[in-house]
This record gives sequence, structure tokens and C-alpha cells, in this order.
Amino acid sequence: MTPLLSVSDLRVGFGRDRQANEVVRGVSFDLAEGETLAIVGESGSGKSVTALSINRLIDFGGGRITGGAMKLKRANGSLFDLMTATEPQLTGIRGAEIGMIFQEPMTSLNPVLTIGSQIEESFRLHRGLTGRQATAAAKDALDRVRIPDAARRLKYTPNQLSGGMLQRVMIAMALACNPRLLIADEPTTALDVTVQAQIMALLAELKRETGMSMIFITHDIGLVAGIADKVMVMQNGQAVEQGELNQILDNAQHPYTQHLLQDVPHFTNGSTTRSDGRRDKDASTEPALKVDGLVVRFPLKSSFFSRATGAVHAVDGVDFDLMPGETLAIVGESGSGKSTTARAVLGLVRSTRGSFSVGARKASAEQSALPVQMVFQNPYASLNPRLSIESILAEPVIATGGRVNVAAKARMASLLKRVGLPKNSLERYPHEFSGGQRQRLCIARALMLNPSVVVLDEAVSALDVSVQAKVLELLVDLQSEFGLAYLFISHDMAVVERIAHRIAVIYAGQIVEIGDATSVLSKPRHSYTKKLIAAVPTIDRRHEHFELDTRQVPSLVRPQGFEPAPARWEQFGRDHMARAEA
Amino acid sequence: MRMLRAIFSHGSGRIGGVIVGVYLLVAVLGMLGLTPHNPITQFRVDRLHAPNSAYWMGTDLFGRDVASRLMAGIGQSFTVAFFSVAFATLAGTVLGLAAAWLGRRWDGVVMRIMDVLLAFPAILLALLIVTVAGPGTWTSIVAIGIVYTPIFTRVVRGPALSLKAREFVDAARTFGSSSSYIVTRHLLLNLVAPLTVQVTLALAWSLLTEAGLSFLGLGTQPPAASLGLMLSDSRNLMETAPWLMIFPGLAIMISILGFNLLGDALRDILDPKMRRAPA
Repeated sequence: MTPLLSVSDLRVGFGRDRQANEVVRGVSFDLAEGETLAIVGESGSGKSVTALSINRLIDFGGGRITGGAMKLKRANGSLFDLMTATEPQLTGIRGAEIGMIFQEPMTSLNPVLTIGSQIEESFRLHRGLTGRQATAAAKDALDRVRIPDAARRLKYTPNQLSGGMLQRVMIAMALACNPRLLIADEPTTALDVTVQAQIMALLAELKRETGMSMIFITHDIGLVAGIADKVMVMQNGQAVEQGELNQILDNAQHPYTQHLLQDVPHFTNGSTTRSDGRRDKDASTEPALKVDGLVVRFPLKSSFFSRATGAVHAVDGVDFDLMPGETLAIVGESGSGKSTTARAVLGLVRSTRGSFSVGARKASAEQSALPVQMVFQNPYASLNPRLSIESILAEPVIATGGRVNVAAKARMASLLKRVGLPKNSLERYPHEFSGGQRQRLCIARALMLNPSVVVLDEAVSALDVSVQAKVLELLVDLQSEFGLAYLFISHDMAVVERIAHRIAVIYAGQIVEIGDATSVLSKPRHSYTKKLIAAVPTIDRRHEHFELDTRQVPSLVRPQGFEPAPARWEQFGRDHMARAEA
Repeated sequence: MRMLRAIFSHGSGRIGGVIVGVYLLVAVLGMLGLTPHNPITQFRVDRLHAPNSAYWMGTDLFGRDVASRLMAGIGQSFTVAFFSVAFATLAGTVLGLAAAWLGRRWDGVVMRIMDVLLAFPAILLALLIVTVAGPGTWTSIVAIGIVYTPIFTRVVRGPALSLKAREFVDAARTFGSSSSYIVTRHLLLNLVAPLTVQVTLALAWSLLTEAGLSFLGLGTQPPAASLGLMLSDSRNLMETAPWLMIFPGLAIMISILGFNLLGDALRDILDPKMRRAPA
């Protein structure tokens, strides 16, 4: 039987010298009807380019297919040559036969049009429906992706819907014409882990319902287990290994696949947490950072002149302490208040109530440094592109009234060396460094002032998985070397498991569970923690069935003067407690 | 140096660069008085001479050498343009940064004033200011400067607002960097590119506005030469002595073309997204 899609020796080049700048170098695969192929690789591996070549969208991205063959079996059984097809022919294929969803649902939709009109457009274009028919079809499409209250949501504009809802809308649009092949390019990367689980469940269910084939592109090999039949691992534009799911996951042959499966952080339910925790050893030490009853509220005003009618309770009574040399991970989903907590600790956000004390660290006399420093999520945005690395590292020194003298320069050089950057980095500019190197620079900058506490706000989230592992390793080494306390903000449970001694789970502005990392991850007590942990994809859960959950996150907007009820805590073991649930 | 090389490897940048370069040279010569003849000496016997070997561009009604007057006029017009754009850049940058950085009321007040200024057509506003303050070189500099300040304020405020929300500004705050340090090193330094483009384009507009003011007799005062004034003087002699109109007219046109081409080129060169595109 001829496969639905057959790609052989696909080559794609960019720029003027396309032969020299080949990004995809001879990729071949077959995809049968109803089958799901997962393409796994890191950024720059050519996985997205491969996908964009299939529906020839690559032509618009500056790339050119330089060689190979691609044949699609159409619905009527005829073979369609995707290589030689003209643009008008391809327009008929895209959407109708090959649907596609992208990584960022927020930017893939037009912000000024209602989602209803955007879904209707694909029905108008491909099926010639108009007026009421199109509206009805759009409502059905939303029902199909399990968006509750679909008729009303049609009138919403994209900003009124959450990321997960928008990705469902994108899926609804991609499936509008019942394509027989769906290309999903990192469809869940921008989403929270519980939302990711729901989108994965939805895709699996839709696949079952419609019998469509799917090409699923991801950097997370853990995600593959839940959905793929076949896996192709890509590195540097080549497929280094491909085969059946079980064969790849259990019996990987290529060293790169083995590296992805072993060295990269994977979630293991608390069985690989760090064992160098200090909490039990000496109970007498002062905490490096103590946060007491932190409350951050943003007042809501309906207009400039009116008084506040309510407030967004971003952080609602958070307490924790952080010992020197310890990592406390704050995990939660977007909008849970974890970043606001971090920013409040640093004074970037004004806290409404609460107190901080930064423990007395034996700081040498010449250092009048701030004891808390921060490393941000996006290594591309957190370094000023117009300043040399020397100026960037000098900034904290200048800011605290210091001089950039021989001693400061020596410190720059030693820190750069310590974080693993080349010697000549000082005269260079941020754009000359890769994402991982930039994050190392940010770490070096944060350490310039000898802080006792470093806040790491999703510090490795923007990095490629194998770079992530190396930066985590560096962080662990630096921690033991300088006795740093880390406040590690993250949504990624696999990463948290690698670095945390203790974990605080935050939900709707409140800590719902806090305690020893092993204990929290292996025996979660609060229902939200359980849900969060259950949603983490792992390579051990194959074709597991996720429950579709269409509940929305509760609103954090409260009326003026609202105070949450004081928490009741239940203690489990020595260092593990969870908020009692009603 | 790298900038110059980039301009000259860019198609329209090369043309614009050469035009602006030649004009600058002529302007300097004109200001230094290194002209073929004295621009205000009246050669009574040679009145309204057509271009010849002695008077390359002919003479005007008073027997003054048009080529010399053109050089002096370019010098004069460029002086006004440069000073007025410098004024607008400085004022606009300060106001734009203040609006973006201080936010709230400052932002509201500054931007509403700019909106009011922008509501007037450029030449009308300049006329108004000159009429109130009296004609002259310095008043036209200030008037043209004020007219183009709102544009610079907007050009600065927008990107400054987005830079202000960038993580490196947050990072700077966590070190305890002072506001002045953040504004100069993190905001201003990143605004150099858009400002450069804007300055080049504004030079073209202010040349045109200066010519307009002088044409209406409110800019440079006779007997000093300026491009607008020369055009104005040529009006009644258009048919008998067309060279009086053609040369200053062409001079204005080509200079505007040059600055616009250069501005477009700079915009391409300084836009990081365009950097890799073949020129």
C-alpha cells in the first residue's frame, strides 16, 4: 500500500549559496494513513524546516528545496508531487489536505478579529460556506475541540482567551476541512504543563476520531511517548535515527538519541532529586532569605477617575524561608504568581504587605553589595545588545558605587572563566554568543556582587534541552562553591527535580504545598500538586489516556477589601506540608 | 568607518551618500567664502547674464553671480537645517525619554503638547513662530526646530517605552543602577539607530521648510543668499532668465533626494532584520 506521505532525500537550503547553507540534508521517511510520526530535535536541527517543506511554506520563509522527492497520496488515491506543484495547486492542498498548527497560538491569530470570524474564514475559503452555515460550522468546530460554551466564545477576540483555549482554536481551524495530515510544530511548547496535557489528550482523541495522520514536532522526547507511533530524531539537518516508538525509547542505537534520553532532565517522580540538602544538618543557621506574609495586589480601576473596584490578588500570603546553600523551587503555572513573588523579593514589583529579611551573611568589608540578585528567563532580552560584555559586567559594580579597577576586572575574568566562557569574551558583544552562553553571562553578572541569594526566574526555560542540562550542572557547582541560596522559579518539573532541595507549589497566588523535594514529588498531597505531576510527560507513560479537563483557572480578581481565609496546614512528615482542602 | 562602507555597499545609499557629501563640500566652501565671485558683489554691467565661462550659472537682476550665491545659499540653508535638526533632536530626545521614563502625568502632558504642535502643518507653525519672533536666521532655526521636535519626541518615546519593559532594564534595577545610568546606557544607546535615520530624513524636511520660509521672506534676509530667497527673486524673471529659477530649484530637489536616499539606506542598514538581506 502506498503511504500517505513519502519523503525521500529531502534537502533544503537557505540564503544565496543554498548548497553550502543546507539546513536539511537528506531526510527520508514514509507516513502511513492514521500514523503519527514525531520529529524530535533541538533548535537548529532542521525539524521545523522539514515540516514547513512538506506543505511548501518554506518558500515564504526564504528557504528553497534543493533536492529530493515528496509525494502525497490525495483523497482520491492519486499521487500528488509536492516538489513540482505550483503555488495555486498548493493553496488547494494546504488546509484541505494538510493542516498545520504552530507553536505560538497568541501570535498566529489576528488580534482584532473575533475567533468566530477567523474560523469561518477557513470554511468560506475551502468549503464555500457563507453566513449562517459558516457560523454553524465554526461552532461545531469549537465543540469538536471541546471548548465549552462555543456559541458565546465565537464572539471573543483572541485576547479574551487563554493560551490553551487559543491553541484549541488553532486546532479547530486546522481541522476545519478534515485534513488527512496534520502538522503540529511544537504545539504545546508555549503552554503550561496541565494545558499541554489537555492539548495532547485532545490531539490523541481527534486522531482516533478522524483517523488522520500527524507529524508532531517537538524538542521534548518525553512528550513523544504519549502520542507517536514512529519517532525520527534529527540532529544538524539529518535524521540520525528513526523507527518505532518502543524501539527508539527502549533500545536507542545512536549516541545522540541516547544522550537525549539519558542526560537531558526527565521527570522521574522524585527519585532523582539532589541529596546534598542541608536543612537537617544544622538547624541553627539563619535563613538566607525569609519571606513572611507576602501579598501583592494590583488595584483594578474601571476608569481614570473612579476608585478601585477590586484588585488582582497576584500573590496572596506567601511565606517561606531559604537556607544558605539551599534551592527552593517555586513551581506553578503561568498566572499563578510565581514570577510576581520573585519580582517582589527583588523590589521590581511593589508588595502590598509582607516582610523580607535577607540573612546576615559574613560579607567582607569592601563588599557593600546587594545580597539578592536575579537571572532572567530570556537570555536574549536580558543583555543590552549595544554594550560590550565588559560594560555589562561592570554595571553592577558601577551601580553600587564601585570603581571598575584592576580588582573588578580580575573578578570579571575569573567569573567568566568559572561559568565556562572564553577569555576574550570581555570585548565582545551579546549577539556573538549563543543562548546558553548568554545565560552563563547573566549568571556571571548576577555573581559580580557576591550575592547570598540568587533568584532564577525560569532561568533555563528558554534553552535547548542539552544546554539546559549543562547550565543546571553549572548552577549546582556554583551553589556549593559559593554557598548560594537559589530561589528557582520554574514551570518545568523535570528541571525542578534536578536542582531543588525543597519545592513550593503555588496556585492562584498561594502556596498549596511546600516541603522536601523528594517527598513532594513522590507523594504529592494537595490535589493541585497531584494534577500538576500527573500532567508531566515522561518517557515511561506510553499512549496513556489523559482526561480532558475543560475547567478554567479561577479568576484572581477579587472585590475591594477581600481577604482570603487563613490557611490551615496539614503536616506530612518532617518537612512536607500541604494546605488543607475544603 | 564600518558605517561608511555599509552605506556605500547599499544601492541607494551610495547615491545618497555621494549627493550629501558633495553638498556638504559645497556648503563648507560657500560658508568659507571660497566662491568664484563674491556672492553679494553686484556686477552692474553683467546683469541677467546667461550662464557662460565667467558666470557658470549666469547672473541675477543685480548682476550677482548665481553660482556663488548658490554656494553661499547652500551653506546658509545647511546651517539652518543642521542647527534646527540638532535643536529638534535634542529637545525631542529629552522630552521623549522623560515622557517614557517618568510615565503617568509627564507622559500625558508632554505627549498632548506634542499632539497640539503636530496638528499644525509644519510650514504654518514655522510661519507663526517667525511672525511672532521676527524674521532672521536664528529665529528660523528655532522655529524649524520646534516644528520638528514632536516627531523626534514620538520617535524616541515609542521605542523607549518598549526598551523600558525589557529584561535588561529590570536586571539593571536589581543591581540598584541609577535612573540616569539606565536612561543613558540602556535606553539612549539603543535609540541611536532610529534617531540616525530620523535625523537624516528631518534634514531633508527642514531644508525644504527653510526654503519655504525664505521664499516667503521670513527666513534669511537679503542681501544674504539662501536657496528659498533665490527662488523667490526669480519668480518675476522666469521667462527672461530661467537659469535664476532652474539652478536653485534643482539644488533643493537634488539635496532632498540625497538625504531621503541616505535616510532609506540607513534605515535598511540599521534594521537588524534587514541586515542579512542582499543590498
